Amino acid sequence: MRCRDIIQELANYFDEALDPVLRLSIEEHLVKCKDCRVVVDTTKQTIDIFCNSEPAPLPEDTRSRLRQALEKKLRRVRV
Amino acid sequence: MAGACNMSDLLLPFLMAKPSMSSSKLNPIQPHTLPSQVVQDDEPILVAAAKSGDIVAFETLVGRYERKIFRLTQNITQNREDAEDAMQEAFLKAFEHLSGFEGNSRFYTWLVRIAVNQALMKLRRRRPNVVSLDEPVESGEDTIPRDVEDWGPSPEERFGQTELSGILSTVIGELDPPFRIVFQLRDIEELSTEETAEALGLSVPAVKSRLLRARLKLRQKLNRYFRRGENA
Repeated sequence: MRCRDIIQELANYFDEALDPVLRLSIEEHLVKCKDCRVVVDTTKQTIDIFCNSEPAPLPEDTRSRLRQALEKKLRRVRV
Repeated sequence: MAGACNMSDLLLPFLMAKPSMSSSKLNPIQPHTLPSQVVQDDEPILVAAAKSGDIVAFETLVGRYERKIFRLTQNITQNREDAEDAMQEAFLKAFEHLSGFEGNSRFYTWLVRIAVNQALMKLRRRRPNVVSLDEPVESGEDTIPRDVEDWGPSPEERFGQTELSGILSTVIGELDPPFRIVFQLRDIEELSTEETAEALGLSVPAVKSRLLRARLKLRQKLNRYFRRGENA
């Protein structure tokens, strides 16, 4: 397996969508190849950092306008 | 050692440009699994109550998801005003069409799809010449990683929450919309590949291809902040 093949299979590798033979072959390559290991490791960190990131609190003026818009809509329903 | 690989000429630049690093410091690589904390257990109960006219239940759902939906619309539109409008419209439409929500998907997934549509309309209005999302994206050399450098200590520990949020917002904003939006849905909103494809009217292979490129591009962009020795 070449480094290029590893890159092409990364999406399925991260999503656990690889057949076991291919996964084993990738893992064997990763043991031998430091560059691919760094690429895989830092790409996984990239995914995790975004995935785990908390959204910032809603700005107060934005929240206030959202509440007003909802209130207007919901009031119409209540009537 | 890279020399042990059967590498192609195309990969040579990426294999040559790297500092020395200790393999013993690399963590074992685990497959990426999506956490399930996005949807809380009581969501179906709240949705059922909201469908039967319980306005407080709907407001609870809004309060639960407003920050995530605002981040989503901001990341897609890259414009504060458009993001706010798209978020408002998404919640209003969700309320309006709640009776049509049959529970075949998670409520949050359904809400995300509404918000994506609203945000895309804003984006297309402001940038009519933007690449159409369903247009084929040529495979480029950008899938070949450059700057193969280890990142060192955990970025989450090296940067404060606000600083890290700013970095993430900056780098994702630098991606072209077809990549940014696929990454947003798949890796931030945690939709499945199939749900992402359906939400964007793309094929599953197209989602996978764009996701791979988005992940590699983001990795490359984050490299300038996180590589070993930077801000350490």
